Amino acid sequence: MGRITLDKVTKSFGAVEVIPPLDLTIEDGEFAVFVGPSGCGKSTLLRLIAGLEDVSSGQIRIDSQDATAVPPAKRGLAMVFQSYALYPHMSVRKNIAFPLKMAKMDPAEITRRVEAAASVLNLTDYLDRRPGQLSGGQRQRVAIGRSIVREPAAFLFDEPLSNLDAALRVGMRLEISELHKRLATTMIYVTHDQVEAMTMADKIVVLQAGVIEQVGSPLELYRTPRNKFVAGFIGSPTMNFIEGPEAAKYNAHTVGIRPEHIDVSETEGPWSGVVGVSEHLGSDTFFHIHETGLAETITVRAGGEVGFNHGDRIHLTPREDVMHRFDAEGLRIE
Amino acid sequence: MARSVTTRRKTINTALAWAIGLLIFFPILWTILTSFKTEGQAISDPPVFLFFDWTLENYAIVQERSNYARFLWNSIIIAGGSTLLGVIIAVPAAWSMAFVPSKRTKDILLWMLSTKMLPAVGVLYPIYLIFIRMGLLDTRVGLVIVLMLINLPIIVWMLYTYFREIPGEILEAARMDGATLKEEILYVLTPMAVPGIASTLLLNFILAWNEAFWTLNLTAAKAGPLTAFIASYSSPEGLFYAKLSAASTMAIAPILILGWFSQKQLVRGLTFGAVK
Repeated sequence: MGRITLDKVTKSFGAVEVIPPLDLTIEDGEFAVFVGPSGCGKSTLLRLIAGLEDVSSGQIRIDSQDATAVPPAKRGLAMVFQSYALYPHMSVRKNIAFPLKMAKMDPAEITRRVEAAASVLNLTDYLDRRPGQLSGGQRQRVAIGRSIVREPAAFLFDEPLSNLDAALRVGMRLEISELHKRLATTMIYVTHDQVEAMTMADKIVVLQAGVIEQVGSPLELYRTPRNKFVAGFIGSPTMNFIEGPEAAKYNAHTVGIRPEHIDVSETEGPWSGVVGVSEHLGSDTFFHIHETGLAETITVRAGGEVGFNHGDRIHLTPREDVMHRFDAEGLRIE
Repeated sequence: MARSVTTRRKTINTALAWAIGLLIFFPILWTILTSFKTEGQAISDPPVFLFFDWTLENYAIVQERSNYARFLWNSIIIAGGSTLLGVIIAVPAAWSMAFVPSKRTKDILLWMLSTKMLPAVGVLYPIYLIFIRMGLLDTRVGLVIVLMLINLPIIVWMLYTYFREIPGEILEAARMDGATLKEEILYVLTPMAVPGIASTLLLNFILAWNEAFWTLNLTAAKAGPLTAFIASYSSPEGLFYAKLSAASTMAIAPILILGWFSQKQLVRGLTFGAVK
């Protein structure tokens, strides 16, 4: 079981309040992702849940038990760190066994669990190596192994993939998602990468300056961002924002349109502009359009085979049914 | 062209390094050489360097006159005991300063170091009186305590520097894995800091071995270590350089050998943190 509730939790470092009063519930078995730009307080929030930092006020409950003053070791949570934080002087076997040894578990049971975890994570052949002899991905798996053997109430991941190269990151992303499906244990995952958030989460918590901007499923955030910040943060490439007379036509201070919701044409469309940089990904092409008179640059996503040249003047048609409208404060207008 | 300049510079640097090294080592070398001379050759003018009648006579006389083994044993107990005790006390102190620093941590470190700036003789009188009252005068226990206290600031400083290099996340991981503070220090921090702790032990063992002020002032016949053994040869009946040198050589030989075998460890310890 692992239902985690934060009740008016705050955190200050000296006179600086990094987390103003914050309420949040993460349901048992949920995969929650905290996402936001660096310095938004997402790691601090995770460390508060872990117990590695003390809350300044408010309450943290794990399965309706007050855990606010409980030391990290007694909260029944496991954490995977960005740097993996493996014990360099211990073999992989001893690393994975460490939490069980600390729990004074029976040695035979420790061996059984370590070997079970190693086989799940493809680490069986590496059990007697030291962390220094492993690749980044293997180290990450050891860190995960160390966290699963204890069968914790919830897993906490602090940017676990940011030290891996791009290809490995995609693979590990899948592995962690599969692990979650299999274990059905609560997971809280911190990242600054919105792609990780979108692909893995049941529930995304978007944070900015310690404040929760929006909580919702990936598609909820994509379809109905509550404000301009969430709209700009979720989705890649980022949403185009247009202000001024064009926005006024839609009775809004700002309108937002995603690059994938603009059609391009050589001849017709209400907007027009000049093609700047084109990014060809094969499956898609991203055009950066200038001189539209609407915004400095408008990004457009077109099919992989669409070919315009640098300097061509082209026409754009936004799909009005998926356009987002925001007021002067940046809040969504329904 | 550039290449030859570099080579010439290298040669000069090497020669310079050797010259400085020999200059620093010369007093020890001279002591060792003198210990093999007769008393006459030892004070001859001009001094003889290598071409004299090598003799072991001085060592025989020194061994006959005083019990080297007992002094050696005292040295080992005092240097070893004070170093071990110091490390046991310093590990938790350095842990707290390195991993849970407060606003005053830097001040405390400096204050600790400042105790080393006080001339030792300034506290000789009170400590002597305390020792008399507690019956610690001329005991090994007393010297272990005093030398431990004297070297404690250095031990804490060295360990603090080492611990600072250990990523805090690993200790946090241990905490998340259910380790108590004791288990965290015992199973995670200490094994990771072994190289640092080893060179700290070594350096402080050497410092304690060579400490003369306190060992001479607080001991008489029973607990005197090798420093007292040397000092006993510089006394009333006039100076006998050859015998004094023989005694000195016997006193520094164990630590010199220890230092020789562990010089890698020692250099690493002394330059740690200087280069990343």
